[in-house]
Amino acid sequence: MKAVLLLEDGRAFEGTSAGTPGTAFGEVVFNTALSGYQETLTDPSYRGQIVVMTASHVGNYGLNDEDGESSRIQVAGFVARHFPETFSNPRGKRSIHEALSEAGVVGIHGVDTRALVRHLRSGGVLRGAISTAHEGAEGRAALLEAIRAQPEMAGAALALEVGTRVPYAFEPAVHADAARPRVAAIDYGIKTNILKLLTEEGFAVTVFPAETSAATLLDPGAADGRPFAGFFLSNGPGDPAALTGCVQEVKGLVESGRPVFGICLGHQLLGLAVGASTFKLKFGHRGVNHPVKDVESGAVSITSQNHGFAVDPTTLPANAELTHVNLNDGTCEGFRLKDRPVFAVQYHPESAPGPHDSSALFAAFSRDVRQS
Amino acid sequence: MPKRTDLRSILVLGSGPIVIGQACEFDYSGTQACRVLRREGYRVVLVNSNPATIMTDPEFADATYIEPLTLETVAKVIEKERPDALLPTVGGQTALNLAVALHEAGVLEKFGVETLGASVASVKLGEDRLLFKRLMQDSGVDVLLSGLARTYDEAVEIAKPFGFPVVVRPSFTLGGSGGGIAFNVEDFEHIVRRGLVLSPVHEILVEESALGWKEFELELMRDTAGTTVVVCSIENLDPMGVHTGDSITIAPQMTLSDVEYQAMRDDAKTVIAKVGVATGGSNIQFAVHPGTGRRVVIEMNPRVSRSSALASKATGFPIAKIAALLAVGYRLDEIPNDITKKTPASFEPTLDYVVVKIPRFAFEKFPGASTALGVQMKSVGEVMALGATFAESFGKALRSLETGRTGYLGAVAAHRADALRVARPERIFAVLDALRAGTSVAAVHEVTGIDPWFLDRFQEVFAVERRVSEAGASRSRPLSRDLLLEAKRSGLSDADLATLTGLTEKDVRTKRLVEGVEPVFQRVDTCAAEFESETPYLYSAYETECEARPSDKKKVIVLGSGPNRIGQGLEFDYCCVHAAGAISELGYESVMVNCNPETVSTDYDTSDRLYFEPLTFEDVMAVVKREQPVGVLVQFGGQTPLKLAHPLEQAGVPILGTSPEAIDRAEDRERFGSLLADVGLAAAPWATALTEKEGLAAGRALGFPLLVRPSYVLGGRAMRIVYDETALAGVLREALDAFPGRPLLIDRFLEDAFELDVDALADGHRVVVAGVMQHIEEAGIHSGDSYAVLPPYRRVPRAALGEIREATKRLGKALSVVGLMNVQYAIHQGKLYVLEVNPRASRTVPFVAKATGRQIARSAAKVCLGKTLEELGFTEEPPVRGFSIKAPVFPFRKFENVDTILGPEMRSTGEVMGRDTSFGLAFLKAALGAGVRLPEKGTAFFSVHDGDKEGALPIAREAASLGFKLLATAGTAVALRAGGLEVTTVLKVNEGRPNVVDRMINGEVDLVVNTPLGRESFYDEVAIRRTALDRDVPCLTTLSGAAAALEAIRARAAGEVTVSALQEAGS
Repeated sequence: MKAVLLLEDGRAFEGTSAGTPGTAFGEVVFNTALSGYQETLTDPSYRGQIVVMTASHVGNYGLNDEDGESSRIQVAGFVARHFPETFSNPRGKRSIHEALSEAGVVGIHGVDTRALVRHLRSGGVLRGAISTAHEGAEGRAALLEAIRAQPEMAGAALALEVGTRVPYAFEPAVHADAARPRVAAIDYGIKTNILKLLTEEGFAVTVFPAETSAATLLDPGAADGRPFAGFFLSNGPGDPAALTGCVQEVKGLVESGRPVFGICLGHQLLGLAVGASTFKLKFGHRGVNHPVKDVESGAVSITSQNHGFAVDPTTLPANAELTHVNLNDGTCEGFRLKDRPVFAVQYHPESAPGPHDSSALFAAFSRDVRQS
Repeated sequence: MPKRTDLRSILVLGSGPIVIGQACEFDYSGTQACRVLRREGYRVVLVNSNPATIMTDPEFADATYIEPLTLETVAKVIEKERPDALLPTVGGQTALNLAVALHEAGVLEKFGVETLGASVASVKLGEDRLLFKRLMQDSGVDVLLSGLARTYDEAVEIAKPFGFPVVVRPSFTLGGSGGGIAFNVEDFEHIVRRGLVLSPVHEILVEESALGWKEFELELMRDTAGTTVVVCSIENLDPMGVHTGDSITIAPQMTLSDVEYQAMRDDAKTVIAKVGVATGGSNIQFAVHPGTGRRVVIEMNPRVSRSSALASKATGFPIAKIAALLAVGYRLDEIPNDITKKTPASFEPTLDYVVVKIPRFAFEKFPGASTALGVQMKSVGEVMALGATFAESFGKALRSLETGRTGYLGAVAAHRADALRVARPERIFAVLDALRAGTSVAAVHEVTGIDPWFLDRFQEVFAVERRVSEAGASRSRPLSRDLLLEAKRSGLSDADLATLTGLTEKDVRTKRLVEGVEPVFQRVDTCAAEFESETPYLYSAYETECEARPSDKKKVIVLGSGPNRIGQGLEFDYCCVHAAGAISELGYESVMVNCNPETVSTDYDTSDRLYFEPLTFEDVMAVVKREQPVGVLVQFGGQTPLKLAHPLEQAGVPILGTSPEAIDRAEDRERFGSLLADVGLAAAPWATALTEKEGLAAGRALGFPLLVRPSYVLGGRAMRIVYDETALAGVLREALDAFPGRPLLIDRFLEDAFELDVDALADGHRVVVAGVMQHIEEAGIHSGDSYAVLPPYRRVPRAALGEIREATKRLGKALSVVGLMNVQYAIHQGKLYVLEVNPRASRTVPFVAKATGRQIARSAAKVCLGKTLEELGFTEEPPVRGFSIKAPVFPFRKFENVDTILGPEMRSTGEVMGRDTSFGLAFLKAALGAGVRLPEKGTAFFSVHDGDKEGALPIAREAASLGFKLLATAGTAVALRAGGLEVTTVLKVNEGRPNVVDRMINGEVDLVVNTPLGRESFYDEVAIRRTALDRDVPCLTTLSGAAAALEAIRARAAGEVTVSALQEAGS
């Protein structure tokens, strides 16, 4: 079945339908990772986005039962040059076609993804739709109108929709160990691997909804009668500036003086909480090959990235310092507060997908928690 | 950290002659390194014995030593040049080994030379399998388990947990001989017991086998700060068991999940850190069990390698260039990405296309050699293709091979019964045919171990093929535009589609153009289009947006030489690179088309725009259409572009330089004959034949011996000398089978003639000889396989040389040559014969350029673009000082059971050059460079045929006077004694024992002079030559070669060998 990817500026990319037929709207973004599509599909930060993979073939090793970053496919739509019908990997359980169909996700392949990426690169990310309906000039015109009626990503408070609605303990069996420091993770769309790595650091992790108040989290008895020893601010989708309520609560956590660690959206919220501002990047950073320099040590890490907004480092307050810089475009990749154990990075040290170069940041958080 | 300022001068070691496993990829890496180090302001001292390299052009180093890559010579260069540092990581294993030898001999310490890139300790770790394994295990990286055994019972104990198959390697046997893979208990006992006997220390290594596992490679870079990036991941189509150089490989890896890939990346980082690679590139190989996913590291190379050249071309990340910068202290984040210019090199390239590499073999040159592929590399070249999908890329790679296939389709050959099970060069075609014929993917996977993912993609291509065939046969539903586009996107060539539809290739092309189904050119940009690319490195794809963006300037296209093969290799790439340089110098834009990833020509720095494309009519026309050049140069890339000259010209494409018509006139025997008659030159009596019957009749008429060969081939393919009718009939059948439809050329063979090669330039009016070379061996050995000396050294009367120069001029004018030409002459009983005229670049062009110090390829290209030789100041034959000698290098060690005797079919893979003031010293250096260790004293063995007995006497006398003891077979001994020499007689192999081979094995023979008995090579001689090869004893098969060798030995005895750089005055 034929399908089209139509962008809000009217540019159309023809292809073949994959997954579920129908129409899906979203912000069209591209990801340059060669592998890791299962993690990408299931990453809650991609909520509301149609993700274009630049790799030639996507689906080669199928999808398995272990590598998901959440319990469902999160992307609004999925685009590639080729989704192979078959896959080959001992761990693979279902093909990309099966996975998209089962999840009711609209996909398209056979698209000239290079031309598409070049278009997005020069014009910036755009709203768009994948559709198997809307044939002919009239249909296209109607679809275009519908795309333009969709909300912009700027101003979208998507993080409130994707996270947990109720607090829960991650891996309760581990929590039984009373000696473990208790950490609260605020879920704006948290990836499973973050929770795994926090647990591997020896924490007992409780996951809280995005809008949980600072007062609740800071309560001395919040962690089954004990206080939380540290707070983790997760990744998530959408515009951080739209989450004014969350920013207020984060401010409260920072003021507590207890350790705080933020990743991605968590980094942006922390930035807003300390008085910095955020802005939307032209086409974002999505991939697993971005060089980030540790300002202090000079070491360069190859990082996993997925963000469309960034913290403006010139607006950081005097008690904050820039710790990480993106070497491709000089944007802020991390900062910390000089007067308290609070730090955050824009990229994804939990990888999944991507290189493990920065996993030591979890150990750094662990040290902060154990020292405070 | 910025670059180091404490270093002033850096010694770079090249890799020497082209051999199997170490080819022109090291010219590419060395050229990059030299260029960038000079640009950084360092004084670069280069040693490389290979004159056909771009890196040994004088402008790439401050001091270029075309000298043997031996400890002795390099030590002399160090003593003379006093470099501060040595960069050994861009010259292959040769350079690394030399660095270790220099270290162990104390040379580096004595002269205070620091080793850059890899330390001697890390080189050794990479080499010592057991040490490496232990280090890996200690670091938590899994390896294949193994243990050393001294008894059968110990071996059984070690092997118990492995299961079968099990690998057994005896310790310290020559070339690992006596080892094997045991598939069952009986095999195991047999191989273990044999190995224990064969090992001089009675010890064997028993190792788990990874046969059939999936094989992967990662190419990494590391800087002084420890920042490590993976430049490229490579997946082998052929599973473990086939050398990666002989495997079809794909980049990026296709079948690992991110979790698995990142774990492999972690292991790789551990390996590079633990082995202690200070800076630079490393290649690490992994095996992954297809069922369990268990991953083991197999080996690592702490240097730039063949795979890193491939990775550079596959990704656009110039590994060697960056490795050189890292070696002098830069960090990855201080070096800009060459392609984007704006982002740094401290990142990991990502690909939005698929790269396929397919090796090219030359087994036809080595009859008798097993074509089964294994852990020893046997391929002589490779092609690479880029496409939007695996299928498209694979189809392009197949048609780049130039093995007669049109791509996915080719002549249906009868496959051997075990064609799927045993990995051989043609296995991939058996796989394709089996799938096409309906064998299931599961079944093919089961037998071949090839991952089903790849096989499934082939199935998809075949589904398209079937639809195309149906459309071709259908009147009602002919080939639609959509299907045509789908077929092209699947990698099917126009010629494939012609076969499928029954149309001609021309019809397919016309239909395609009418329908507007044409490729676009996309950029290799390292970043999947995330950033703007400033570098036009292009490949075609049937996609929608063209990124070639040709400028309005006038452009000239250079067609490259395709995959390396015996007879067409580095030398032609050298010429193409110079042609590109000439085009730029004259103010045009240079456009390169080639598909060989190992070369300098496919470095995007070489031309203004690089098209990495198959050299077929279809693919070249697409480039021509896009670029609209003023013309195309076809005379620099050997036979590959020449074959395209006619079709291109017919399509209206201007061919610059000598016209295709003139090329044809020189190649077509009938027309060539009349040309010679016109200019009053003689050829050996000749005839042509299209059938065996014609050939036999012609042979009888001409008289024996005869030289038989097909037309339009390079490297003397299927060329044979025959002495009687039976042999003639056999050779005719063989050649007619191999080259159906092509006329066979039959010449009277001029026995005992001596041969000369001339390279010349012509501009249509003037012909200037660039160099005259004399073959050191008598006629009968292919020019590419013979030692040659420039200028001619003796036996050639001055008058004859004058005659040769005059003849060359007449031929050049008669053919209206514009550009290069090469003429081969023979002088037989005082009379001059023309053997061949090739109005194009020849294999000897770079050698002549190095010997004369003149850029003859560059000048020739300028002539093609309209300059006159007068304008270029090239009106006189360049004077030469001293002697330059070219020595061939052979791959015989790689092919068991192959006779090493030389003949008219070329079998050498590469060459070296020796330069010095005297013939003897030049020969000594050439021999040393070629790995022939001429003895200073000892025992010389003589066995010559009757016709040579008289000629052998002065040579044996010279050997005796140099202090050699003489040993000879009975007949030869009689002749030598008759000349008054003291000779010990030794038995021939078939005369009993101890015979000469026993003596050789016992190390009692230091030099062999063995001239073949003319008509047939007897078992005896084969055994002698093979033993000489295995024992590294110089073996001379012609008297003139023996005389030259003794002259070299005398020259060495007379005094110290000195080294000199090309740049030195008077050099």
